[in-house]
Amino acid sequence: MSAIAPSLIRFEEIVPAGANWSHVLKRGTTLRLTDTIGGANVSALFYNFELPCERLNLPDTLKCQHLARLTRGACLYSDMGRILVSITEDTCGWHDPLAGCSNAKIIAQKYGERTFQQARNDWHRNAYDGFLTELGKYNLGERDLAMNVNFFSKVTVDDAGAMRFHENNSPPGAFVDLRAEMNTLVVLNTCPHPLDPAPAYAPKPVHLTVWTSPPPAPDDLCRNSRPENQRGFILTERYFL
Amino acid sequence: MSTLTESALDPATAIYDFTLPAGEGWAHEILRGQSFRIEDLEGNQAADTLFYNLHDPADRYSAQDTIREQGNIYLTTGTRLFSTRANVLLTITADTCGRHDTLGGACACESNMVRYALDKRSMHACRDSFWKALRDRGPQWEKRDIANNINFFMNVPVTPQGGLTFADGISAPGRYVEMRAEMDVLAVISNCPQLNNPCNGYNPTPVRLLIWE
Repeated sequence: MSAIAPSLIRFEEIVPAGANWSHVLKRGTTLRLTDTIGGANVSALFYNFELPCERLNLPDTLKCQHLARLTRGACLYSDMGRILVSITEDTCGWHDPLAGCSNAKIIAQKYGERTFQQARNDWHRNAYDGFLTELGKYNLGERDLAMNVNFFSKVTVDDAGAMRFHENNSPPGAFVDLRAEMNTLVVLNTCPHPLDPAPAYAPKPVHLTVWTSPPPAPDDLCRNSRPENQRGFILTERYFL
Repeated sequence: MSTLTESALDPATAIYDFTLPAGEGWAHEILRGQSFRIEDLEGNQAADTLFYNLHDPADRYSAQDTIREQGNIYLTTGTRLFSTRANVLLTITADTCGRHDTLGGACACESNMVRYALDKRSMHACRDSFWKALRDRGPQWEKRDIANNINFFMNVPVTPQGGLTFADGISAPGRYVEMRAEMDVLAVISNCPQLNNPCNGYNPTPVRLLIWE
């Protein structure tokens, strides 16, 4: 599904470049991230809103699906063997689960410092501090940080283990759908990818659409993309019994 | 595969020498300047390892910062182990195995149910050993402190196409990895009890832990 029926759309919002956003995405809804300009990076963390010590566990996610990239059909697992969100559509093709988020040191070294006093809301921000700011609103902090996903960014690994960032991975209009399988606290940040070689601090905005989506059917793509995911959906559905 | 680097340190002069059986957890301080060695005594044994700033454990090992800062997903001699606050906790100074994983995480009862079968829930798993090692150090430790870990001696190759597998180990009896503490750290190890995949050669065995001044 590329166009969402207007009657299904609950709300839309634009997260400006270099900003934070959070929302408790309810089971039965899907969050669409759209890279309107192209070349966006959206760093993301996910928690079980009812008990946030259950959170995105990328090692469990990657090893159970034999993946080092995220795209359509993949599920994002918590440390409890349950699926927080699944990727039901993706026109980009590769989202980075490896390289982590920017921090103050990286941003200052690459782009120099630019304060709020100097630049108002165009100041140089970083995802690490942005995550902590947003997590604090839920009484979560440093100890609650975990490995993050970078949507719309691509980092490959060669046979010797070397990591390479690919520019222009995400074309204008690319989108990815994240279907909530649990009531999931989603924390987003739109600062640049930490390996982005662009010489200027040029983060991009992202357009958000939260829409009502049907529960995963027996023949659902994500449920059936691997036998591991069939078991992951069973464990997730048992949580709500 | 990287170049193998041996250490000149003699186990006879170590100030600490302990053999950790498979399936058990362990936690110990390593002070700035001390050297810490993990030896794979019988070969193909994953040593799941976490590090914390000893004096402020909210600052702890970060897998993503560590691999990004060196631009390579495998850990070996020269790798600086970074914390979430971008501090260097330790530097790997010797490695006779060649490379170590930090993307595969620690096995858990729940992830075993997903990966293998729902009836695997009760099999012993690393995350339970991590939690016992941490809670034994006091009530200030919580589940959320079990961060994403290193798997010394484990081989988790990633392909250029974005695939990831648990492959047969590249370690062997007597191979070791050694690191120098750049700040006072707490090391926490689960000597992996996994029996469902080749990370321990289907035969979990002891590791030897040594510390030198």
